[in-house]
Amino acid sequence: MGMNTIEKILANHSEQKDVKPGDVVMVDVDVTVQFDHARPDVLRIANPDKLVLCHDHVVPAPTVQAANMAKRMRDFVDRFGIKNYFPVGKHGISHVLVAAEGYALPGQILVNADSHTCSSGAMNCLARGMGPSEMLYILCKGQTWYLVGATTKVVLEGALPERVYARDVIHYIPGQYGDFAGRNLEWHGDGLANIDIDGRLTMATISAELSAEFSLFPYDDALASYLEGRAKWPFEPAHPDDDAHYEQVITIDVSSLEPQVVLPNKVAWNVKAAREVASEGIKVDQAFIGSCANGRLSDFAVAAEILDGRQIASGTRMIVTPGSQDILKQAIKLGYVETLMDAGAVVTSSTCGACFGGHMGLLADGEVCITASTRNFQGRMGSPSASVFMGSPATVAASAVTGVITDPRDL
Amino acid sequence: MSNTSTGPSTFNGKVWEFGDDINTDLVIPNFAVFMTLEEQLPHCFSANRPGWVDEVQPGDVLVAGRNFGVGSARNIGAVFHALGISGVLAESFNGLGLRNCINAGLPSLPCPGVLDVFAEGDIAEVEWTTGAVRNLTTGATAVGNPIPTQLQSIVIAGGVENVLRSEGYLAAQ
Repeated sequence: MGMNTIEKILANHSEQKDVKPGDVVMVDVDVTVQFDHARPDVLRIANPDKLVLCHDHVVPAPTVQAANMAKRMRDFVDRFGIKNYFPVGKHGISHVLVAAEGYALPGQILVNADSHTCSSGAMNCLARGMGPSEMLYILCKGQTWYLVGATTKVVLEGALPERVYARDVIHYIPGQYGDFAGRNLEWHGDGLANIDIDGRLTMATISAELSAEFSLFPYDDALASYLEGRAKWPFEPAHPDDDAHYEQVITIDVSSLEPQVVLPNKVAWNVKAAREVASEGIKVDQAFIGSCANGRLSDFAVAAEILDGRQIASGTRMIVTPGSQDILKQAIKLGYVETLMDAGAVVTSSTCGACFGGHMGLLADGEVCITASTRNFQGRMGSPSASVFMGSPATVAASAVTGVITDPRDL
Repeated sequence: MSNTSTGPSTFNGKVWEFGDDINTDLVIPNFAVFMTLEEQLPHCFSANRPGWVDEVQPGDVLVAGRNFGVGSARNIGAVFHALGISGVLAESFNGLGLRNCINAGLPSLPCPGVLDVFAEGDIAEVEWTTGAVRNLTTGATAVGNPIPTQLQSIVIAGGVENVLRSEGYLAAQ
């Protein structure tokens, strides 16, 4: 039986030439990414030229503790002579940087001790979140293991209707199918041609919330052109065998989708159409757009388009955090930042920030947030008694204008 | 309360039961992310089960529902291990949650149907290398899916950092 794309990348990186669900595969890692943390007790590392270091969760440092962490990373950069380093000023969220700067490449394996590492699946790059301890193992030895899960083939058909986005597609799936714990997602179908790379990065990132292992997109014309002049190293894209095995096939006609809102605290089986949630008149205290999921230029564009000439509702605050310094610079050049500020939004420097309740936008007791960031867990963005709803940047921006959770098609 | 270890391939102890979708941010809340491991311990499950850390005893066992450990890379395995949890059984695990448990040296295995086998406070005995699960209180049994032998060796070594230290990649503690 043939291998799917995920199994083929694993086989290409191991001595095991036939990979199937249930196997443990030992692989050589191509690219290792590390943010914020760099331990001083590491004595030798495997591949310093394929190590990418950046500051992302707490940058610029909001506490002395964070400042000391950043200092340890600079020491590490000096000690091992790391070339691929993004200091404060060139900073960005690691997952955003590795795509934009061409480190996440088709057919390769990338690791990073952050759960949203699956973001790079949009690049046809095999990537998933790793734990902080095992990152040390990879840093030192350049290898790791994967427990191979069964793969669901998701076939997308059609084009997205107006005000419906990639973010809504990736919300729709756990609402209909629940979690994918221990399983992979592989994206197929003609509908993908209508979803740009930014949209695919959003979908691959949010696959972590579906509890998926890997979430892999194909190497197609759109990806090939995105990587032109961007790829840092040579690469060999991966494609599935003609007789590849999949555990199940899910086909979705995206032209029939509506905007989707995830309700607070969990994602699996916890999603409703924005239209339904809007009918409940849920007052919004904070609207947030940012993170590795939706902190890209196209997200700024959508927010600016909706907020142009409008004002954020009294009693609601809006925070927009870019995924990198470069995105912020472009958003300024294109006038998006001015439009957002004219509407009353706060635009911050790039950081994971409010997405993980780190800094610049925590929620007070009992507050309600609508966010286009990554997570809605209890206490995720601040107080444990706050409620976090998730929607597309359009749903967030529309809700900021009305002050209640709103279907962006109704604005 | 039983906290007797009967060998490296078995864990047993009193059961604490949790439901589906127990996420990493409940184990290590946002404000504790950058604390030291010792500082993180009092905050485990503070949002969903306040006071639990004061009741949990060394040797106790976690039994959970589907999708255990969904969420971030926060090292939930290290927290449970430091709190004295002897092992984790769940209907299913998030992949990263399971990796962090294995890499912290915490025996963990998926066990479909486990929530029907135990009630909170029962005594569990788990041969985690073979998947034999017994409720010593009621006599009920279940069959877990043991992690592959290559990964069992990481648990037996006491976690991946011990492996690296013994091979000279990390400075001695």
